Amino acid sequence: MSDQTNRTPSGGRIDRSRPLTFRFDGNSFHGFAGDTLASALLANDIHLVGRSFKYHRPRGLLGLGSEEPNALIQLARGNRTEPNLRATQIELFDGLDAASQNRWPSLAWDIGAVNSALHRLFPAGFYYKTFMWPASFWRTYEEVIRHAAGLGKAPEGPDPDRYEKIHIHADVLIAGGGPAGLAAALAAGRSGARVILADEQAEFGGSLLGEDDVLIGGAAPAEWVAATIAELQSMPEVTLLLRTTVNGYYDHNYLTAVERVTDHLGAAIPTLPRQRLWKIRAKRVVLATGAIERPLVFRDNDRPGVMLSSAMRGYAVRYGVLAGRRPLIVTGNDDGYRTALALAARHATVAGIVDLRADPSGALVDAARAKGIDILAQHSVVGALGGKRVEAAQVAPMTADGKGLAGAARPIDCDAIAMVGGFNPTVHLFSQSRGKLAWNETLHAFVPNISHEAETSVGGCNGELTVERALKDGIKAGLEAARASGHTARQPAAPKVEEPTLGTHRALWTLPSDKPIGHKGKHFVDFQNDVTAADLMLAAREGYRSVEHVKRYTTTGMGTDQGKTSNVNALAILGDALGKDIPAVGTTTFRPPYTPSTIGVYAGRDHGALFDPVRTTPMDPWHRARVAKVEHVGQWMRAWYYPKPGESFRQAVDREVLAARQGVGILDATTLGKIDVRGKDAAEFLNRVYTNAWLKLGIGRCRYGLMLKDDGMVMDDGVTTRLADDHFHMTTTTGGAAPVLGWLEEFLQTEWPELEVHLTSVTEQWAVASICGPKCRDLLAELCRDIDLTNDAFPFMAMREGTVAGIPARVFRISFTGEMSFEINVPSRYGLALWEALMAAGERHGITPYGTEAMHVLRAEKGFIIVGQETDGSVTPIDLGMDWIVSKTKADFIGKRGLARPDLRDPNRKQLVGLLTEDPNEVLPEGAHLVETLKAAPPMAMLGHVTSSYYSPNAGRSIAMALIKGGHGRKGQALHVPLAGRTVKVTVTDTLFFDPEGSRRDG
Amino acid sequence: MALGMGRRGPTGKPRYSIFALARNALSYHENWQAAWRSPEPKPSYDAIIVGGGGHGLATAYYLASVHGIRNVAVLEKGWIGGGNTGRNTTIIRSNYLWDQSAAIYEHALKLWETMSQELNFNVMFSQRGVITLAHSEHELREMRRRVEAIRLNGIDTEVLTAADIKKLVPIINTDPSIRYPVMGGFIQKRGGTARHDAVAWGYARAADDFGVDIIQNCEVTGFRRGADGAIQGVETSKGFIGAKKVGCVAAGHSAVLSEMAGFKLPIQARPLQALVSEPIKPCIDTVVMSNAVHMYISQSDKGELVFGAGTDSYNSYAQRGSLNIVEHLLAAAVELYPIVSRLRVLRTWGGIVDTCPDASPIISKTPVPGLYFNCGWGTGGFKATPGSGHVFADLVANGQPNAIAAPFSLERFRTGFLVDEHGAAGVAH
Amino acid sequence: MLLIPCPWCGPRDDAEFSYGNEAHIVRPADPSATSDEQWADYLYLRNNPKGPFRERWMHAAGCRRWFNVLRDTNSHEILAVYKVGGTPPAEPTAPAKKESQG
Repeated sequence: MSDQTNRTPSGGRIDRSRPLTFRFDGNSFHGFAGDTLASALLANDIHLVGRSFKYHRPRGLLGLGSEEPNALIQLARGNRTEPNLRATQIELFDGLDAASQNRWPSLAWDIGAVNSALHRLFPAGFYYKTFMWPASFWRTYEEVIRHAAGLGKAPEGPDPDRYEKIHIHADVLIAGGGPAGLAAALAAGRSGARVILADEQAEFGGSLLGEDDVLIGGAAPAEWVAATIAELQSMPEVTLLLRTTVNGYYDHNYLTAVERVTDHLGAAIPTLPRQRLWKIRAKRVVLATGAIERPLVFRDNDRPGVMLSSAMRGYAVRYGVLAGRRPLIVTGNDDGYRTALALAARHATVAGIVDLRADPSGALVDAARAKGIDILAQHSVVGALGGKRVEAAQVAPMTADGKGLAGAARPIDCDAIAMVGGFNPTVHLFSQSRGKLAWNETLHAFVPNISHEAETSVGGCNGELTVERALKDGIKAGLEAARASGHTARQPAAPKVEEPTLGTHRALWTLPSDKPIGHKGKHFVDFQNDVTAADLMLAAREGYRSVEHVKRYTTTGMGTDQGKTSNVNALAILGDALGKDIPAVGTTTFRPPYTPSTIGVYAGRDHGALFDPVRTTPMDPWHRARVAKVEHVGQWMRAWYYPKPGESFRQAVDREVLAARQGVGILDATTLGKIDVRGKDAAEFLNRVYTNAWLKLGIGRCRYGLMLKDDGMVMDDGVTTRLADDHFHMTTTTGGAAPVLGWLEEFLQTEWPELEVHLTSVTEQWAVASICGPKCRDLLAELCRDIDLTNDAFPFMAMREGTVAGIPARVFRISFTGEMSFEINVPSRYGLALWEALMAAGERHGITPYGTEAMHVLRAEKGFIIVGQETDGSVTPIDLGMDWIVSKTKADFIGKRGLARPDLRDPNRKQLVGLLTEDPNEVLPEGAHLVETLKAAPPMAMLGHVTSSYYSPNAGRSIAMALIKGGHGRKGQALHVPLAGRTVKVTVTDTLFFDPEGSRRDG
Repeated sequence: MALGMGRRGPTGKPRYSIFALARNALSYHENWQAAWRSPEPKPSYDAIIVGGGGHGLATAYYLASVHGIRNVAVLEKGWIGGGNTGRNTTIIRSNYLWDQSAAIYEHALKLWETMSQELNFNVMFSQRGVITLAHSEHELREMRRRVEAIRLNGIDTEVLTAADIKKLVPIINTDPSIRYPVMGGFIQKRGGTARHDAVAWGYARAADDFGVDIIQNCEVTGFRRGADGAIQGVETSKGFIGAKKVGCVAAGHSAVLSEMAGFKLPIQARPLQALVSEPIKPCIDTVVMSNAVHMYISQSDKGELVFGAGTDSYNSYAQRGSLNIVEHLLAAAVELYPIVSRLRVLRTWGGIVDTCPDASPIISKTPVPGLYFNCGWGTGGFKATPGSGHVFADLVANGQPNAIAAPFSLERFRTGFLVDEHGAAGVAH
Repeated sequence: MLLIPCPWCGPRDDAEFSYGNEAHIVRPADPSATSDEQWADYLYLRNNPKGPFRERWMHAAGCRRWFNVLRDTNSHEILAVYKVGGTPPAEPTAPAKKESQG
């Protein structure tokens, strides 16, 4: 097959002994190992690689690397498909399957190109001015716009690949492995410093890999690169990372880099992650990220075949691919001559060099002349001709000021155009680090000025465009970074460099043309987003004068290339339009990531089972074996209810609730927060953090306590027990365990450091089985011989230590159900054994395990609150009717002063009440709202909401609690609960629905 | 409305329409007028609005259009819409729990519904629906409470099952065995998104049309008060500008301004981060929010997936946050929307939000007579833009808050009647 | 990612810490003697400067100790770290270097 027609017979860094087959838009092609998809396509004379975002214009390759705006590719299929990859960054592998994007039905024949015909109606920001009529139609217009927009397609299923993260500390992190970065690594590495050198490409060398007219130490640059890498590899403290883009620069020298581990292999390797996120804290950072060439802005400069000069030269030198047989060079400096000479040396017929300068001179110019290349000084390219491939350029002489033409335009046939617009230092990471840029008049570019972090920029990204300077600066920066990070080193000698001398650069931000800009053709500035010079001028005319306004109004620089080739051109054109200098126009701030980075690599392994820890109790295996339904409570998984075969939710819960009051019920209460409070001031401390009195609590006695925040709102509750004079066992709600501990610690450390109290979380140290019901004492008596369980010896709200089922235990006689109840605490490792012993012994008592739902019903029958259900951070103990627990005699406790604020004493606050429905079988939905005056339809004034609502099998009817305005004064009132489609009538009551005398807790 | 080719605003600014576009196409779009002027400040105004974000510009617009106060300047230290207006994830909804919140956000939502036509600027208000997910029994209970409150406030809301959600959002993972399974949710169909920049520009253009001076690159450096303590004007980087009424709407910098005026606000400036993916073809048609995993997602008309998270924990004015917030957000994204894993993050950024102790705004008189503050919108200010501007204009014009603004006075922190929006989402058991 | 020097554990990423806002807010010794304004002040009002700020952090994933930090809220530079009860360092007299917002 006649493939790779554009491949030079020899040369380049490709491995011609390893041919590879790949597909593009369904057609099969060949390339070589070492190719990118871009170079392989170009080798096969494929210039048309994509369609633009807005006008669907045919587009070819513009660049060579991460700056590429046009060649966006959908790679692979199925769940491994990936949209919007740059062909210039896809390493070729055998079987690679790529497709173009944003075209239908095909790249060559794209219906969307109709936009191009209507382009006059679509200036920048046109959508802000139309689609407003009729008003209701925007959603219709929007759907059309949405489907026309977007680039590639997302995969349809989950990502089969794996991503990992590495945390690492470095003395010196060097971003970029071109001449400057390599020199810095060498200088720093020789000091013994811990160095990380990362480069986004598949091999180190950067720009050196694309030059054939440079000698380092008398040899080809590749030899110096190889020797340098070999030395770096021998250094144990040096880490070399290829295919690794340093993409984020955060505070305090924290940087991220994404390593593409297997993407270039074309297949996942089971033992390797697809990509790795390196999270690097570096003492010093050296940025050596190079520079990116700018396009020139002339009419229809987007025709396939129009390319950055450095890219065209790079394809030729590095990949052995000629982008054209008859290239035309348009240049503002001597670099264009290097490209012309490199192409001519590979047997391209250079159609001419259009030089924007009046009087080009120097060795490179002489060499081009000697080759017989036509040089057109003081000339402009008026426009490119051609459709899916450039066919010619209209060239004309310019006036001296570069603003107009000095003669008629004539066409020059060519099949490619190389643009030399000058270089922009790649300052993205510097800018991310909050460094300040300055405008350099010689380079016509922004360069790093004032660092914000411990960082140095060297080489191209510091505006030093020669290899010699890059090496010298790299060595200096590497050495200084090593020294600053505590290492000693001597300065290595910089190798001798032979390279062409480059003269001055003439910057013309739009090339003069025979028609005013915007009147004919399009002068593209941002290729991906189809932003033209005329669009920028329109924005300025319409008052969008800040850079950020222009960016947002025209979308320049907002594409997936983030304006790598367009930003400075856009600023300059805007400056022209506003009559301001470029630095006065300003610059935009760059944000992470430097290049688009896979979402999966940021997620790492922290999804699926590892998304968030699951906490389970020691009894969890037992619950699961009984197919308990599980409820998520914070991170905990709690048994919700234990349905028997055929039972509904309600049937199971009713059975559990009845059993707990009629026989014996057992609840896994392990998840309650537990805090060990110890120290001579422990009682005083509790006295300050709870609303009630604690100083006189006897040893072995328990007390219920309520904690408020200092605003007077209920924060948490629980029972705390005095184990010794200076030792308490505190319990909190399940969800409150960590916040309460933090809260108490904060007060101890920062407010009351004089108190001698130590807090230890013991939630996970104790497993808790809570048994309740009339038979629970009989059951416990069977397993516990060393505690006298009689009411007199072991009264309600007391704690005894002993053994249960042979296990050392703290037994608390406390009750959240109103029944006689024992909470048996044992060391966690015995939790399951305790549970199983209780279940076995309880069998003849008809022991019934109950879950959190039954627990909720049981406590609601007694009117006990649940913090987080009856409260929401806006409820006081007074609102809850719990005045009895708020000390009137203590001088202070947390929340006391807050409660005294005027709005907290308002009788019309929302207060907790009970509700009984007219129909005893009607269970109100929790969250339903109450109204006093019913209206036919909303809106209607609400009094408050139902906080808890259950069917109570013990009360033989439904019960509910609610927080309603002025609730305490509404006892006996009839209110309405308007539900969707019907209304329920309720009567306001007390919150106590069962055993009002409280006689059951003593058995 | 847009058909009215000849119709002009108060100062004769030509209207936008498809016909205007076609007409201007003939002259190569060289005859469009500036959307707003860039005047130098006058020595004094009837009212000054400090802060040229959406809220401030809306305030100026309603001062002029509703209250007839047209001698107004909007002072912006950078470029209009450059603060949180241009940095947020553009979610618009009014499905709030408390009556006071519902009132102001619904007031705003109603104004959103006519904004493009009223301003003659397409703000692309897209009522694509906002879904809020519930991932636990506790969240389901809280959701039912919220839904009932919303419904009885006369605001649209609909409860969804996990299956309903899967139908509306096919890319969501509704596998019940995941760590935080989607157990249900609710949707406000009138909610959605808008084009954030357009809101600032549209209000600016419309306010300018009434003669309001929009003055950019003008930083307020101090407040001048008279012997009676009342406000007399502001010191700025462009000199002193007088006014008897000054309204500050400078999210992120409210505390800095209040310090200049000599009083403290119960506000903390916190970084809030957001990010977008590269553009892809449409794959999610609504907005979906999840409090449990702290992430929300929508897709811009351009095709970018827009992700938002919670704030960083520490005070900052740096408009950048910590990486771990982004990592957690994207882990949650992959967990709930597994297809996003291979897509790429295009751009991350941070804004500074004013956070209030009760997660509700402050729209209030201050200890300084004639000086008013509108701030504390936290992470949710964008959706309030028109409503906030509308009621704040009322406060600045009349000196007294109207019924919608009244609950949001500074006084509530003294008396204790907070509008605690985050308390209702608290997790305990 | 701030690098916060915990006085007990050494420098660690901010993700390991929890934030405690302004330092040196003292709970009134006799709350009952405060006015509603004073109590609101204690509860809710905090300095929120753009520039050096004395604030509290707690090393939640480490020693769990509270300590104070003097940090510039604009540049994020950490100017000093000191223990609870320690003498607060003087704030820099010159205003922290001004940063333009981008």
